[in-house]
Amino acid sequence: MSLSASDVEKVSLLARLLLTPQEIEALTSQLGQIVEYVDQLGEIDTEQVEPLAHAVELVNVWADDEVRPSLPRDEVLSGAPHRDEDSYLVPAVLGD
Amino acid sequence: MSELPYKIVIGLEVHVQLATQSKLFCRCSTQFGAPPNTQTCPVCSGMPGALPVLNREAYRMAVRAALALNCEIPEFTKWDRKQYYYPDLPKGYQISQFDLPMSQHGHLAISDPKNRFEPKRVGIIRAHLEEDAGKSMHDEQAGTADSRIDLNRCGTPLLEIVSEPEMYSPEEAKAYLTELKLLLTYLEVSDCNMQEGSLRVDANVNLHIPDPEAADGPPIATPIVEVKNMNSFRAVERALHYEADRQWEVWQESHQRLGDVPKQTRGWDENAEITRGQRSKEESSDYRYFPDPDLVPVVMSAKETAEIRNQLGELPAALRKRLEETYGIKPYDSDVLVNQGRALVDYYIELAEQCGDGKLASNWVQQDVLRLLNEREISIDDYAVRPSAFAELLAKVQDGKLDTSRGREVLAEMIEAGLSVADAMEKLGIAEVDDSELVELCQSLIAANPKIVADIQAGNLKAAGALIGQAKKQNPNVNPSRVRELCIELSSEAS
Repeated sequence: MSLSASDVEKVSLLARLLLTPQEIEALTSQLGQIVEYVDQLGEIDTEQVEPLAHAVELVNVWADDEVRPSLPRDEVLSGAPHRDEDSYLVPAVLGD
Repeated sequence: MSELPYKIVIGLEVHVQLATQSKLFCRCSTQFGAPPNTQTCPVCSGMPGALPVLNREAYRMAVRAALALNCEIPEFTKWDRKQYYYPDLPKGYQISQFDLPMSQHGHLAISDPKNRFEPKRVGIIRAHLEEDAGKSMHDEQAGTADSRIDLNRCGTPLLEIVSEPEMYSPEEAKAYLTELKLLLTYLEVSDCNMQEGSLRVDANVNLHIPDPEAADGPPIATPIVEVKNMNSFRAVERALHYEADRQWEVWQESHQRLGDVPKQTRGWDENAEITRGQRSKEESSDYRYFPDPDLVPVVMSAKETAEIRNQLGELPAALRKRLEETYGIKPYDSDVLVNQGRALVDYYIELAEQCGDGKLASNWVQQDVLRLLNEREISIDDYAVRPSAFAELLAKVQDGKLDTSRGREVLAEMIEAGLSVADAMEKLGIAEVDDSELVELCQSLIAANPKIVADIQAGNLKAAGALIGQAKKQNPNVNPSRVRELCIELSSEAS
């Protein structure tokens, strides 16, 4: 399958990326190559193969419901581009 | 309903926070109300390379709830990533369940004590586990351009319960929510506190309108609207009424049918009492679900599921039935008692057992105990009078030694002063009046009131009321109904 410019536009909208027409053109070709590469998997006949939910054959990895310490707030917020004393700051979220 | 020119069709999507101590995939606390961003770690704040691990207790609670909703529990379930980009979702995806949810195909039985609709079963399409997002706060008064993000709630376990679109009035929808909340509270899997966001409701609503061109054919379905932001069950009921009216208006103008326009999302505005349009809902394929490679599947044998089923305990519907059958009370009364929660029901059962009259116990619990609990905003555990002392009081009412209003005074004294029945009666100066003393009193009244006696003899039994008044003046401790009985009896003997 090949990727169209409108596919890239749609995906960039979903990822909230603002792309120039030049970037869309370049990414359509680059992303297209990646998709085509992965698409090789489609050449294998999997008609008789059971679907697999996970690559590792492990199930039921649990943790007990016991609270452990969280990270100190200053440490958590230290990586944020914008913050105030207790929260992350982001461009206004309005509506719902 | 039949007078409306359409049928309203409602499906509900309910999210409940499970009452675990720690989050679904990390061990941060789920405690409500902590200072912002003090309950996060690399897993729930979406740091690269962090590895989520499933909370066993959250899974057990989800299975309990699903079983109580009569769902099938598949032996195999897995986790999927639901991708969307939003500031309160730091990973850029929510861990949820897509094609293999942990439960499906259940139902919840609802009925209405006021009989506004027939008892029915509402189908449950599925119930699945997922993680909650954080909170964004925008202070419009401050007029700043930024929103503040608090990730404490991020990763809290949610059970999403999706009903079939099988509710046909706002009243049915409210009954479904009330019963669901009660069930989950009895199961102790959620506190269902709507103010704190532990229970959230979205409603899918549209109308079915008879096709004027094909009276026997299928009805015309209008476009489905999803209604959000309803902060109480009452708000749900009102929003649904409003939305039905609005959609009927729109239909008459536009004649748009299901599929003609994309699904619309509207928010309930509590103050204006209207719904307002929100962003149009993204196509579900835009979420680009795929299996989460960080989490391995869960396999639960039928035997393990059966063990959890055996530990469900007595659920509200069964408990109502037992109260009706064992204590002879009406469905309306069993509903009131069971809706108050298990602790109150246990109190009632103990009282009913000890006094031997389930109806009398039910009346006193509903009228006197509940009123006080509501007035003082306390729970039954903090109610001062224990069932044994209460039963002693009711025994005196049963024997006719206290009438209801005197009984109430004694009860009030027991509560206020922490007294026993006997001490409270003594303090109020209530002495039990010996029956022979009472007969003497009534005889003197009969002798002194020939006109009233004549009235009673003529069949006007109400006339005895005047004698009761006189009796109470002479001795406030007399039991009015016993006085009435005696006066009527003695009048008929008098000549």
